[in-house]
Amino acid sequence: MKQLTILSGKGGTGKTTITASFAVLARNAVVADCDVDAPDLHILLHPKIVKTQEFRGSKLATINETKCTKCDLCREKCNFNAITENLQIDPISCEGCGVCSLVCQVSAITLTERVSGHAYISETKYGFMAHALLNPGESNSGKLVTLVRQNAKVLAEKEHADLVIIDGSPGIGCPVIASVTGVDAGLIVTEPTMSGIHDLERVLRLLGHFNVRPFVCINMHDINDENTKRIVDFCGENGVEVIGKIPFNPIATEAMVNEKPIVEYASESRIAKKIIEMWKRTVSALKCGSQ
Amino acid sequence: MIVSVASGKGGTGKTSVAVNMALSIGNVQLLDCDVEESNAHLFLNPKISQTQAVTVSVPIVNEKLCDRCGECAGFCQYNALFIGSDKVLVFPDLCHSCGGCALVCPKEAISEDQHKIGTLKLGSAGGLELVYGELEVGEPMAVPVIKEVKRRIEKGKNVILDSPPGTSCPVIQTVKDSDFCILVTEPTPFGLHDLKIMIQVLESMRIPFGVVINRAGVGDNRVYEYCEEKGIPILLEIPYERRIAELYSRGIPFSQEMPEWKIKLQALFTTVRKFVNK
Repeated sequence: MKQLTILSGKGGTGKTTITASFAVLARNAVVADCDVDAPDLHILLHPKIVKTQEFRGSKLATINETKCTKCDLCREKCNFNAITENLQIDPISCEGCGVCSLVCQVSAITLTERVSGHAYISETKYGFMAHALLNPGESNSGKLVTLVRQNAKVLAEKEHADLVIIDGSPGIGCPVIASVTGVDAGLIVTEPTMSGIHDLERVLRLLGHFNVRPFVCINMHDINDENTKRIVDFCGENGVEVIGKIPFNPIATEAMVNEKPIVEYASESRIAKKIIEMWKRTVSALKCGSQ
Repeated sequence: MIVSVASGKGGTGKTSVAVNMALSIGNVQLLDCDVEESNAHLFLNPKISQTQAVTVSVPIVNEKLCDRCGECAGFCQYNALFIGSDKVLVFPDLCHSCGGCALVCPKEAISEDQHKIGTLKLGSAGGLELVYGELEVGEPMAVPVIKEVKRRIEKGKNVILDSPPGTSCPVIQTVKDSDFCILVTEPTPFGLHDLKIMIQVLESMRIPFGVVINRAGVGDNRVYEYCEEKGIPILLEIPYERRIAELYSRGIPFSQEMPEWKIKLQALFTTVRKFVNK
């Protein structure tokens, strides 16, 4: 079984649009939406949830006010400024480290697990899907990504799927790292803008750091030919394969509005054909049978 | 006044709104809090006056004092310490710098070491003051770098914070303590879905907000209907225009080339100020 992560660095370059089309094209794959704080893949794939799991990713300190002697030691020792002057825990700042509970002389502080989100296993008409939703404002998205990937892997093994397609989140921090470690390849979706180029360069370094094979897709390549050439040259110089160039077409937004993957909504369009070509190249580069 | 610019969904135009608004008003300080992929500087070509390492405290174990009792690893909530067969291994990437391991160690064998996770840069472009951070590639935790960027806030200025995408801890850290948050969205199902999550975050943090619709004209009406139903003010619409997209792709702030937008963005800031002073 192979694992492919779709990522981008910069947001809004088309990760989910590409992932959804790949999910349609793959005959024998499991998809995982690892953008757990702003997941959108379900909008296009319409999963039916078959299993829900609570995600307990972090702990929260609680102060028992009847025991508390207001000595202030907890507030002094908290490195996250999570205890207010009137000795209340600020749940947004608390990282559940337990230092307050450790230093409290009268055992007035306990750590409790908090439900930070939910993980789901679902069925779609294209196959199984693992996804999740982090509660708004929660932390520890990296741990939830790991849980989603684990669910996807178990599903893939059970279903004898030969590919797991992972939709990543923007950026290069903890949830992104959790979505690329140990995968067979990372497909970076970029766009020919100054921001796109800047962020591509950093994501390529991230994949290099974790020894993940990179592929690059230039989305909306025809909005700036000069920048597209810069990306192609840059990839050439660094031995990175540009595996697809997708043209700009308003039909991509139209498909999204109709909540359908492009290759299904407009299967005869040029943009769909380019995505299919890219899919074939990706599968053959990964040497998996999921055509 | 501190105004943050956030979105939930990535690529909706946060940086465009933040940069162009900053360029349209006076006495301004722009802080790019998207330390994973900072982009504001690409549009401003700032003159950098100061560069500084951002470090976090991580434990260092004195092997002469350590008897590998395991108290530190047992206490650590983040699995940043591991008791090996001949010494304690520290994983700085997992450490949250709470300091608990040093407190719990009975032999006082643990002290603090500094681990570099990013760089802070200060500069200026014209009359605009820019502060931004860059997380080292491979480092997972953006929040300490964002905190460092925000430590540079000058209260007397018109402070604009450009937020990273998403709705989790880096976003919370950015929008925290802002007087108002501008949510930039696009009129698509993805834009609407992530806008709704972001609104829940801001409501729970009691931060007032309004919406800017970027790429108006593409997609559908559901964002408008949602805002109307919930009584959320739509502060500005930026239409999908080839010229704006093209200037963006070249790294040129569109308000520089299209002066009519300078006036609209000034008006946006004035509207925000009215909401804050209400």
